[in-house]
Amino acid sequence: MEVVLALAVGILTASGIWLLFRPRTFQVIIGLSLLSYAINLFILGTGRLKTDAPPVIPRGAATDPALYADPLPQALVLTAIVISFATTALLLVVLLALRGLTGTDHVDGKEHDEGRKRNLKRDERQDHDQKQDDK
Amino acid sequence: MNGLMQHLVVTPVLLPLAISAAILLVDEQRRQLKRGMTLFAVLALIANAAMLIVMSAKDSVPTVYLIGNWTAPFGITLVTDKLTAIMLMLTGILGLATLLYSFARWDRAGPRFHALFLLLLMGVNGAFLTGDLFNLFVFFEVMLAASYGLALHGGGSARTRVGLHYIAINVATSLLFLIGVALLYSVTGTLNMADLAMRIPAVPREDIMLLEAGAAILGIAFLVKAGMWPLSFWLTPTYAAAVMPVAALFAILSKVGIYIVLRLTSLLFGDESGTAAHFADDWLYAGGIATLVYGIVGVLAARRLTIFAGYSIIMSTGTLLAAIGMANIPVLTGALFYLVSSTLGIAALYLLIEPIERHHDFDEPAPAPEPVFEDEYLAYYEDGQEDEIGVVIPATIAILGVGLAFCALLIAGLPPLSGFIAKFAIISGLLGEGQAITAASWVFISLIIISGLAVLIATTRAGIELIWSPTENSPSLSIVEAAPIAFLLSVCLGLMIFAGPTMRYMEDAVRAIGQKNLYIEATMKTPSSTQP
Repeated sequence: MEVVLALAVGILTASGIWLLFRPRTFQVIIGLSLLSYAINLFILGTGRLKTDAPPVIPRGAATDPALYADPLPQALVLTAIVISFATTALLLVVLLALRGLTGTDHVDGKEHDEGRKRNLKRDERQDHDQKQDDK
Repeated sequence: MNGLMQHLVVTPVLLPLAISAAILLVDEQRRQLKRGMTLFAVLALIANAAMLIVMSAKDSVPTVYLIGNWTAPFGITLVTDKLTAIMLMLTGILGLATLLYSFARWDRAGPRFHALFLLLLMGVNGAFLTGDLFNLFVFFEVMLAASYGLALHGGGSARTRVGLHYIAINVATSLLFLIGVALLYSVTGTLNMADLAMRIPAVPREDIMLLEAGAAILGIAFLVKAGMWPLSFWLTPTYAAAVMPVAALFAILSKVGIYIVLRLTSLLFGDESGTAAHFADDWLYAGGIATLVYGIVGVLAARRLTIFAGYSIIMSTGTLLAAIGMANIPVLTGALFYLVSSTLGIAALYLLIEPIERHHDFDEPAPAPEPVFEDEYLAYYEDGQEDEIGVVIPATIAILGVGLAFCALLIAGLPPLSGFIAKFAIISGLLGEGQAITAASWVFISLIIISGLAVLIATTRAGIELIWSPTENSPSLSIVEAAPIAFLLSVCLGLMIFAGPTMRYMEDAVRAIGQKNLYIEATMKTPSSTQP
């Protein structure tokens, strides 16, 4: 189980970071969401992994705490989920506003020239190929 | 500590929260009522901070407030000592000045300005007061969420563009914060700061690396906020794009990062913390020096006052971080004085920028953009109140010039203003009493002096360009705009005149944060109150 959780955190973090550095705003948002999932799993892991263990000790029962799951990381994860959900929603609104104001979904609000040139060249090449095919 | 007095510790959080919630209920048209409520809240915060200063001056034991009457380390605690009281006061003063300034026109530039303004103050106050790392995360998020709204206040594509960067960076940083908190919890099993301080010396040797990694990741989150090089590229464009009263208020945000770094290094990694003691000091020093150099270069390169003010914040961060890395009491006392004086100076500069640059043709972003969302608030642009300036003071140029000169002296640290006393105190702390002076101290001292020179060159250039060069229409300045600037500068004058008592109080504050036993005793031993 530890291996599965570690792999999940690792893969989510790696994908999240890769997406975070992409030029499109939507990719950035998805990257941040993946990262926050990874971190929620990570926080859960700090309470040590345990299956079928209740987090709440019944009143008055003098029991062995080792039989119970650590409730604190679970509370932390809940708070973290709520907060990252809210900030992601806010980021989404800003993304839409930027898209509306600048007409592009690039994170800098404008297309960089190299990218556009490359796209133009590709389009030209495609047109060219198309014409040759037509001939 | 009994009766109503003890609730003073929690009011800096509750009061802005309650009033900002009440303001949301008031219709957007009833601006005067909203202004009155916000002004009342800010004045009450200042009075509260003043009472906390008086209260904490009496004894050196921190005052602890148990939320929900749960004893530490199980419940959440709020802790206030001299350092906290100083920071609360600074927040209140900045809040009052920027709020008054925003009355001139900027609070009309978008909806819900006052509610966000109070929420920001609440987040900042909470971050200063909290005695629990996860609670700190929550207050940090409140502060950041409000700051997103304020950074975007006024709209327009330039603001939205840098706002998107600002939000993305801070969301990513908050995730780092969580990783750090989780690592600390997994090593020590607690998140209460006093409990952490107690358990860190006992951490087994094989876990030290994990502990240090957790603390370092946590530290990165605060250093991004404080603007340490190379984590500070977002700071200048964001602050320059925000409306000026908001930028002036944001000057306190980077100090929140500094405050937490100072608090955590002294509490968790002080002299008695076993193997992990002082593990971050060299990094903080090196980072501080690099930030200072970056700030100096930036200040010299800045062509606009907004950019210049941004780099001044970075420079002040660098000075403070290097001073924290030095970890000795006289240097830290000077640094605390410098923190207060530079924050006030930079905030005053931000407020001055708008009246100074108002009549110069810079490539301003086009106003009144098309609304993106259907229910967007455009009253500001529809009202056509943009040119309403109020009573115009004669001899504006002279006032603006004197104001700019004041700010320059404050930030550069030249006599006779409080900036000089602050820098002098840092340097005299570095020189010490008769011991050999290390190379690190020499580098720091020379950079402090060079940074003053750089600020002077930059402000002289800006002053010649903006104040001396004749323009078509003479600049105008309303009393509503001039009063907050004068207020901030007069607080700096007060700091200079009463430098003796202030410095003594700050020295006590710095001494107190070094004595972690007092902090632990006060937090862990506070009994839950018996009366309802």
